[in-house]
Amino acid sequence: MSGSSNIVAMKKIVQQLRFEANINRVKVSQAAAELQQFCIQNALQDPMLTGVSSSTNPFRTQKVCSFL
Amino acid sequence: MGEMEQMKKEAEALKTQIEAARKAAHDTDMASAASGVAPAPRVQLKTRRTLKGHLAKIYAMHWCTDNRLMVSASQDGKLLIWDSHTGNKVNAVPLKSSWVMTCAYAPSGNLVASGGLDNMCTVYNLKTPVIKTVKELDAHTGYLSCARFLSDTEILTSSGDTTCVLWDLETGKQKTVFLNHVGDCMCLSLSPDMNSFVSGACDSLAKLWDIRDGQCKQTFQGHTSDINAISFYPSGNAIITGSDDCTCKMYDIRADQEVISYQDAALNSGVTSLDLSASGRLIFAGYDDFNCNIWDSLKGEKVGVLSGHDNRVSCTGVPGDGMCVCTGSWDSFLKIWN
Repeated sequence: MSGSSNIVAMKKIVQQLRFEANINRVKVSQAAAELQQFCIQNALQDPMLTGVSSSTNPFRTQKVCSFL
Repeated sequence: MGEMEQMKKEAEALKTQIEAARKAAHDTDMASAASGVAPAPRVQLKTRRTLKGHLAKIYAMHWCTDNRLMVSASQDGKLLIWDSHTGNKVNAVPLKSSWVMTCAYAPSGNLVASGGLDNMCTVYNLKTPVIKTVKELDAHTGYLSCARFLSDTEILTSSGDTTCVLWDLETGKQKTVFLNHVGDCMCLSLSPDMNSFVSGACDSLAKLWDIRDGQCKQTFQGHTSDINAISFYPSGNAIITGSDDCTCKMYDIRADQEVISYQDAALNSGVTSLDLSASGRLIFAGYDDFNCNIWDSLKGEKVGVLSGHDNRVSCTGVPGDGMCVCTGSWDSFLKIWN
């Protein structure tokens, strides 16, 4: 295993770490508040939270028609 | 000091710097911050459809953007296209290789893709009089774990060869190769604005990538085993991952760190798949223990369970309108719940 390919690989690792170290980080409290706001604002448009009435449910159990 | 030694030292210093910056931003965690939020309702969903037709384990499923059709892939060597409203099979696509691990529906509804241990991503046109193979994307040197269409002309794949690739479907060639993981890539998820995507791998890391320039922008640590499932939060600012370490985690992109872990001492099965409800409040996570657990994404509490499969839940999907959740299993059935 050639030493120079190890050095090339290591250079890439260092380059990537430099890039990732330089980003700006937002405080978790602020990020959490915005995430909560998004959830709450969209809650009424979330059928899994509001429930689906059987009249509007495309997956409602299919009723069987029988001839009387 | 040799060049190698110097670089190792710099790498360690940078890692320490990143950890310190994350800690400085960690003034709370998601569960504490959500203590004032009303709990999610107890979620009790019923099976509305059981789709029978596959003859072997189902490995993947994906909804069409019309919220009605879906594609599923099984190691019986077939892709099946289902009309979820009627429960009928609309199409069957025989696969050259039965060792399929993923399938995808193009946003247009015109194309579907599949791939697996053949190391290839095969794209099919559903709209020609007879379903035709339009491309075989052949450059990965490992299995195809996941594929997602950006459009009818571009598709993203993740592979056991540790790379992700953006392909041009007109030429069949690789446009961009995303190199940085050191373990098999197992899953990927496109951001809502389609400018970036996240990948999860067997190196227990999740990575955020810029689709156009190929740059790995951020790396998320915390899992202690393979990440099998990943999804963007609908807001685009967070991601949810599921792992063989039996936990799901939320990472906030702007805070660059884990903000909550979804776990339970009684749960000791790996997470195979996951998807989110329309608002992001609920996480539907499929596990090796045959169940799909439902988590409150803000509070970290389990709020429901989908039990009904007789084998591992291998895939989970919520359609774009959020009207239901579909689970697919090694028991060869797909179930639709709401």
